Amino acid sequence: MSSVRALVGTRKGAFILEADGKRDRWDVRGPYFAGWELYHLKGSPADPQRLYASQSSSWFGQLVQRSDDGGQTWSPVGNQFDYDGVPGTHQWYDGTPHPWAFARVWHLEPSLGDPDTVYAGVEDAALFRSSDGGQTWHELSGLRGHGSGPHWQPGAGGMCLHTVILDPSDAQRIFVAISAAGAFRSDDGGRTWQPINRGLHSEGIPDPHAEVGHCVHRIAMHRARPHVLYMQKHWDVMRSDDGGDSWREVSGNLPSDFGFPIDVHAHEPDTVYVVPIKSDSEHFPPEGKLRVYRSRSGGNEWEALTNGLPQRDCYVNVLRDAMAVDSLDDCGIYFGTTGGQVYVSPDAGDTWSPIVRDLPPVLSVEVQTLT
Amino acid sequence: MIRVVLPAHLRKLAGVEREVEVAVDAPVTPRRLLDALEARYPVLRGTIRDQSTLQRRPFVRFFACQEDLSHDDPDAPLPAAVTRGEEPFLIVGAMAGG
Repeated sequence: MSSVRALVGTRKGAFILEADGKRDRWDVRGPYFAGWELYHLKGSPADPQRLYASQSSSWFGQLVQRSDDGGQTWSPVGNQFDYDGVPGTHQWYDGTPHPWAFARVWHLEPSLGDPDTVYAGVEDAALFRSSDGGQTWHELSGLRGHGSGPHWQPGAGGMCLHTVILDPSDAQRIFVAISAAGAFRSDDGGRTWQPINRGLHSEGIPDPHAEVGHCVHRIAMHRARPHVLYMQKHWDVMRSDDGGDSWREVSGNLPSDFGFPIDVHAHEPDTVYVVPIKSDSEHFPPEGKLRVYRSRSGGNEWEALTNGLPQRDCYVNVLRDAMAVDSLDDCGIYFGTTGGQVYVSPDAGDTWSPIVRDLPPVLSVEVQTLT
Repeated sequence: MIRVVLPAHLRKLAGVEREVEVAVDAPVTPRRLLDALEARYPVLRGTIRDQSTLQRRPFVRFFACQEDLSHDDPDAPLPAAVTRGEEPFLIVGAMAGG
């Protein structure tokens, strides 16, 4: 029988939640790396027992942990993230030049085909790759050096490269997103990059239609239709039908188009999920009602999913990496909150229940479907 | 042997008790002590000082003999009581909430 394994990163450690295909009874393991921030954990699609975890601390810096047994045991691997060459400067919050400096790994994206190859999106924004299971890391510096880098500016959470999407139909194509620079695409395996932000409109930057400077919060893709991308931006939910060459807004009837996560149903490329929050300064659900919104039409028409979610006095947030889907026949949807809850819907969002209620603030949720 | 006290997170990471001992050739300086410590416990590389610049991480402090040595020259000799093993060299996570 199939089972699922949720990898949950929190402000104070990692947790692993496991259930069979019914997804109604859960085993909770952890905390792993107690006291450390676990920005992200993710398993290799090529070997589900191979997991990578980003472990960091303001005091003691960055570690990368690797498991070869599905999270039972872990070993630290390489943690040296040196920018290629002289890193130069980007813009600071006040617009002055600021030296590029590594802070932490936000996102780990294992290769689709090789368990030993993994990408790391880091702050200050750059993309690194390891081809030896995380022992050594090398920057794909064509991204940072493609020309606009000196004009990038940090978002409120830091200048982070938080989204890495590998195209399953084209091994040379990689998408990344950076707050607050925007989305970028490589068509040659990460050697060269181009901004893909045409159609984005952002108030709060001098030119609302600028080539870079947009605060993209998250991008999602369905494996069966990799030229279609969905984006949750600082404000606006966007869609591209041409691999990011152009974008159009699909916020439609959402109560707010501000939010962080966005994801796509495992079997329905036009079914998309977001969690609107009130505004850039009020990072909580409108009206104190925690609602996931689902569009079955690829955007514009959205329905509120509330069954099992708190509908009063709820003021949590759902961060950009804290939503995931499984690939069971009845697609499961998962998300974690800054209040420490992890919710599951085993029926594509129709009904929800908490797996756990009282974890530390949840930073990330990834789900593996195991057979 | 030089006695070194690690903060709890780094003890757990290195799999050691509160105090460890490392051999350091004279003259014993913070840099040489950390070189020896990281050679013996490679997992600590990058957690106390940056691996490239070797700068102390901002929220890590060095104490010994009731003195704060965090801002001292990393190549200056440590107090004699530390080099004789009478007093430990303390690596401390700064009190900064969390």
